[in-house]
Amino acid sequence: MANYNLRINGKKYEVDVEEDTPLLWVLRDHLGLVGTKYSCGIAQCGACTVHINGEATFSCVLPVSSIGDDKVTTIEGLSEDGDHPVQNAWNEIDVAQCGYCQAGQIMNAASFLNKNPKPTLDEIDDAMNRNICRCGTYHKIREAVALATKTK
Amino acid sequence: MADISKTNRRDFLKLAATATGGLFIGFYWSGCDSPKMQVLSNEEILAKVTDFNSFLSITPDGDIVIYSPNPELGQNIKTSFPMVVAEELDADWARVRVLQANLDTDKFERQLTGGSGAMPHSWERLRKAGATARDLLLTAAATRLEVDKNSLTTEKGVIYHKSSGKKLNYGEVVLDAAQLEAPEEVIFKDPKDFKIIGTPIKNVDNKDIFTGKPLFGLDFYREGMLHAMVQRPPFGMKIKSVDDSEARNVSGIQEVFVYDNNVALVGSSTWPIMKAKKLLKISYEPEGNVESTADHDRIFKELLDSKDARVMREDGNVEVAFKNASKVITSEYQCPFLSHSPMEPMNFFAHVKEDHVELIGPTQTPDSARVQTADLLGIPKENISVEITRLGGGFGRRLRADYVLEAVQISKKMNAPVKVTWSREDDMTGGAYRPAVRYRFSAALDVEGNMIGYKLRGVGMNAGNSVRQDNFPSGAVENVLIENVNYESSVTTNAWRAPITNFLAYAEQSFLDEVAHEVQKDPVKFRLDLLQKAKSSPVGSVNYDVDRMIGVIKDVAEKSNWGKNSNVKQGFSVYFSHRSYVAQVANIEMENNQPVLKKIIATTDCGIVVNPTGANHQVRGGIVDGMGHAMFGNLTFENGLPKQKNFDSYRLIRMKEVPEVELHYVDSGYDPTGLGEPALPPTGGAIANAIFAATGRRLRSQPFVEQKEYSDMNLEIRRG
Repeated sequence: MANYNLRINGKKYEVDVEEDTPLLWVLRDHLGLVGTKYSCGIAQCGACTVHINGEATFSCVLPVSSIGDDKVTTIEGLSEDGDHPVQNAWNEIDVAQCGYCQAGQIMNAASFLNKNPKPTLDEIDDAMNRNICRCGTYHKIREAVALATKTK
Repeated sequence: MADISKTNRRDFLKLAATATGGLFIGFYWSGCDSPKMQVLSNEEILAKVTDFNSFLSITPDGDIVIYSPNPELGQNIKTSFPMVVAEELDADWARVRVLQANLDTDKFERQLTGGSGAMPHSWERLRKAGATARDLLLTAAATRLEVDKNSLTTEKGVIYHKSSGKKLNYGEVVLDAAQLEAPEEVIFKDPKDFKIIGTPIKNVDNKDIFTGKPLFGLDFYREGMLHAMVQRPPFGMKIKSVDDSEARNVSGIQEVFVYDNNVALVGSSTWPIMKAKKLLKISYEPEGNVESTADHDRIFKELLDSKDARVMREDGNVEVAFKNASKVITSEYQCPFLSHSPMEPMNFFAHVKEDHVELIGPTQTPDSARVQTADLLGIPKENISVEITRLGGGFGRRLRADYVLEAVQISKKMNAPVKVTWSREDDMTGGAYRPAVRYRFSAALDVEGNMIGYKLRGVGMNAGNSVRQDNFPSGAVENVLIENVNYESSVTTNAWRAPITNFLAYAEQSFLDEVAHEVQKDPVKFRLDLLQKAKSSPVGSVNYDVDRMIGVIKDVAEKSNWGKNSNVKQGFSVYFSHRSYVAQVANIEMENNQPVLKKIIATTDCGIVVNPTGANHQVRGGIVDGMGHAMFGNLTFENGLPKQKNFDSYRLIRMKEVPEVELHYVDSGYDPTGLGEPALPPTGGAIANAIFAATGRRLRSQPFVEQKEYSDMNLEIRRG
């Protein structure tokens, strides 16, 4: 066990965990930040996507020991009132079915649009291809990302 | 047309005024000999969710709380049910708040998610609840205003008396309404006057979903709760010995124990348990059939020729028909096992206490979970409470309570609150799959190309019946023989979204396409001719409505410009399941001699569309799901264990693999039927038939991408 000081959503947290503990489980089991989801645990589905210094990252394979001073943002900290342009677009398009993957989808889209504010539909498809939605909301995800580029 | 509905007064009216001035009108679903009054203030209603004893409440402030009884797994029932109540109540949707009800079968009668059955079951009950409340509010308002009740109108939670210009909010008369007896009969709205039903209403949980609130079972945490995982045996195996010494040494592990052929690991958080689980050394020995995919393939072929088939339907005399046929076509179709793989793996919380068991988590069948827990522990089911969380998908997997009982057993053993979590690998190897199945179809054709005989034999696994004998083309063919052979596999199986029909529809629609091409008839006209026969001179009884099936076929043919553009190679498919009708056309365009799957067009008849957004979600999602599994889904076995254990080897459809999807609905005016399943079955057939039209290659097994006919056709999937 070791002590880690983490910067998450603009706040400081201290946790005492094994160094190989993935950030995902630190967030969920130790800090009560359960918006970041577990689904595959092997960086295949994107449900666990968070931002590390703004970059979309699979938290299920990211050991807590590798984070250091990096800034972590989770779905809970993406915006103050849930009104980030991507969240607004997700609501406007009414994207969700079961909803389980959507936090990861939103985090991926937000990071992507930050780097590429005016993407083509093909670029949206490429960027969002790393997140699985078992309910098949892909058409709505594409629509919502496209809408977010306009409302940003 | 507005129609009058008799209410059984005992059924659902409960009224109460509270000491603090709050009030609600409650409605029970089912009969109840002595209606109980519940007295709660507005704050209590909103705060004490578990104690609230009714379905619909209106506060003096005019706020409306509607309880949603059924588990929500993405079918959008938590939004569409309250829409129906609010419609008949003439409520202001902006004032409606929806809460998930806990399990209470006395109040809610049917609390399960499966079979696309919730809306057809509850449509009239929901309308009655809303219409009765509105009627009482009108009676109270008429007395207050000293006017004739019939001179009053309602709109968005306000009662108007047009000639005097007076108006009252629902909240203002709810106290008076509380004193009234429920009416013997209520009048339903004419559907043409619907203001909420038929409009796109957003998912009531959007804000919570998009901000990461703890909605799902896996998000449930409680102070002092232990975490647990379970190592289950391969199918057909039992534990011979367990060496858990290394697992026990992992920091954070509290207990490792064997029960019922499983090894349970308990600890303070999830990650140490995941690590410890990999350090278990368990040896197994056979206890029954230890099966591999090669065994299944062999068994299918053997049983297709079995003499012990069970006859499910027999019309006319197929023997004579096939003997007299000028041509006979026979084809076999096979699909593999599939995992349900909802994005949220199985999990459940249980706290077994001396006098009470608390169950919290994602289940499609909360009552079954309660009954099985009661049986397991030998306690009355009244001592068990079930709180239903949101489900991160279900697809039929959460109809089973196996993972609930694991939490119960471990909580009892540890004498502590426990949450059991399945890893993705557990979820994929832990059983209850869509079983593999193989079908043999035969058609007897006369000299004019008429189908005079039709035979179908299915070999299913643990399915009881792998066919749907009263579905189309039964009724349209003079001589029919439909049989089933069942094989009992040690691999556990379970309903998977659109059970049986999720593959049968593809096989049948593909075979009918083969027959149409053989007799050189247009595949759409071929089916319409058969349906005409089913209408004019039906053979035996059928479970589908011929006109409604013709309706979706004609509509999708028109919307897809069927057969009008020679550059577009089209595949057609239609299927009736779970009370709804869905026809689909897949469009493949040839670009530089390469087939590109660009679009799927669907026409659905589900009666009245309650929420267009929700309906589109279900139909489009069903198409994407049906396509994904037809193209890629494959779970194979070796020595009783799935070879695919996670999403790196078990392929799910992704963003770049979906074509454009275009949706249409037939406005048939029937009461609404469910949509969670019916759009999935036709999709595989539409795609396979389009592939045949484009390439001349017939795909008779799934997944398509693993068939040799598919390997060099370079099919691309691209929208637009």
